Amino acid sequence: MKAALDSPPQPVFIPEQKAWLQVCGWKVPAGFPSPAADHTRKRIDLNERLIRNGDTTYVLKVKGDSMIDIGIYEGDALLVDRSLDARHGNIVLAVLNNEFTVKRLHKRGGVIKLIPENTRYPTITVKEGEEFDVWGVVTYNLHKLY
Amino acid sequence: MGSPVQQLALVDCNNFYVSCERVFRPDLARVPMVVLSNNDGCVVSRSNEARALGIKMGQPWFECKELAEQHSILAFSSNYALYADLSNRVMSILSNFAPRHEVYSIDECFVDLTGIPKLREVSYAMRARVGQWTGIPVCVGIGPTKTLAKLANHVAKKHPRSRGVFNYNALTPAQKANLLQHIPVEEVWGVGRKLTKKLARHGIETVHDLQQAHVPTLRAEFGVVMEKIQRELQEIPCIELREIQPDRQQIIVSRSFGNMVTELPVLQDALSAFVANACAKLRAQSSHAAVIQVFLQTNRFRKDLPQYMPSLAVPLPYPTNDSLGVNRWAAALCERMFRPDYQYKKAGIVLCEISPVTQRQGDLLEPQIPCNERLMKALDALNQRYGRGTVKVSTQGAYRDWQMRQERKSPNYTTAWDDVPLV
Repeated sequence: MKAALDSPPQPVFIPEQKAWLQVCGWKVPAGFPSPAADHTRKRIDLNERLIRNGDTTYVLKVKGDSMIDIGIYEGDALLVDRSLDARHGNIVLAVLNNEFTVKRLHKRGGVIKLIPENTRYPTITVKEGEEFDVWGVVTYNLHKLY
Repeated sequence: MGSPVQQLALVDCNNFYVSCERVFRPDLARVPMVVLSNNDGCVVSRSNEARALGIKMGQPWFECKELAEQHSILAFSSNYALYADLSNRVMSILSNFAPRHEVYSIDECFVDLTGIPKLREVSYAMRARVGQWTGIPVCVGIGPTKTLAKLANHVAKKHPRSRGVFNYNALTPAQKANLLQHIPVEEVWGVGRKLTKKLARHGIETVHDLQQAHVPTLRAEFGVVMEKIQRELQEIPCIELREIQPDRQQIIVSRSFGNMVTELPVLQDALSAFVANACAKLRAQSSHAAVIQVFLQTNRFRKDLPQYMPSLAVPLPYPTNDSLGVNRWAAALCERMFRPDYQYKKAGIVLCEISPVTQRQGDLLEPQIPCNERLMKALDALNQRYGRGTVKVSTQGAYRDWQMRQERKSPNYTTAWDDVPLV
């Protein structure tokens, strides 16, 4: 087999973790040091707090009242992360027979159930032959209070 | 021993635009559907179901109407905001698999997996992860050169047994020859319909024929580009992985109008939108243009109407990326060319002679007109934050006649708060 004469550059692995430097943004007076200078911090960034992986997180809005007992109301905005493994007990956005639904996931002993958080709704047991998929795991609910 | 064989993967999204439309519409999972080009003209993406019903790529939609009604084929207008966002997500996920990669188009990315252990597992993981994390199905083709990686991707797409991943490098020489003998030459990257015909006249019909063709004859008849393609098929890399896209040498923004336009102010209004768009691109790459060209076109398919397709280019007094300044020139050129009594179907601008802003040359005679740098920065920031077209040059957007027809567009699910999907 022929190969290129000059060897191609070999890959170098760069760690994914970013290193942050804290920067003090104002000029320091020559006489008295600012008493706040030692406590400089970046302002809280909600994107950073609420979103673990921006490439895999989506915003979807709630329709219906099947989850009101845990405070998820119609019109609330859910953050849904597709990169998380859906575990027993997670609130998930599921696709059942080609339809979206938000429910609590029950996964025990080979049985999958979708449990509503509203006593007026019945628990759904996923039957054999039904098409079921977890679209993503709900990580936060943004509920407007003002 | 020479250097190790390159393990170059081409990751290609399946029916990308259709797949994007399905991410937030699980009810469309197995529905025959297509996405249409600007002005809802032609089919630019088909679901497998639509393909099976006989809808062709690039086919004008009006030709499909009957078939569409018979089989309830759904059609969507292009939703570029959605496709761009999902494309960025796919590319970002892929970039984590290997340090060297090249985004080749909105739905294709080369990833250099050379030297990465457990190649087989990694390729399947790449496909699975993009699928789970974005909802977009992809196929992975691996080869020693870009051309063979692309061909391997074609095999991965076509043969269900590959489960979406095909590695050309893993074949024995006999298997390779057998495979290439069964793929028509038109599937090779860079070999279009015209070249396929010409190659056929030389008895070259399969990829294997091209790989084995007589080198001097091939070069004499088809030139160096075809020779490069042949060498790539012979596993000799000739097309480099471009990790950084070179800056654009020319920026063209043009559009067909939804309705025919007959008035000068409407044309100027459309042009100012194109100027704003083109200048924003210039500013994004920190460069400026020295020449502007404006063109107008009547509808060449309407043989019953008088035809007029003028074009005018002028050098700008100094290289600039200022929307306001360039817009004055676009408006003036348009006025120079405009003739009443014609129905215009299309207009556009071309910015050329593009260079980095740092190379500005002063002019002794032309006074240096300040180019509204801070104004343009503020304009870009506002439009990025609140959506394209929030702040415009004043002639832009007063008339609506020229805007694209997009009657079947889906919501901007991921880029506009009011369009967020309901679940």
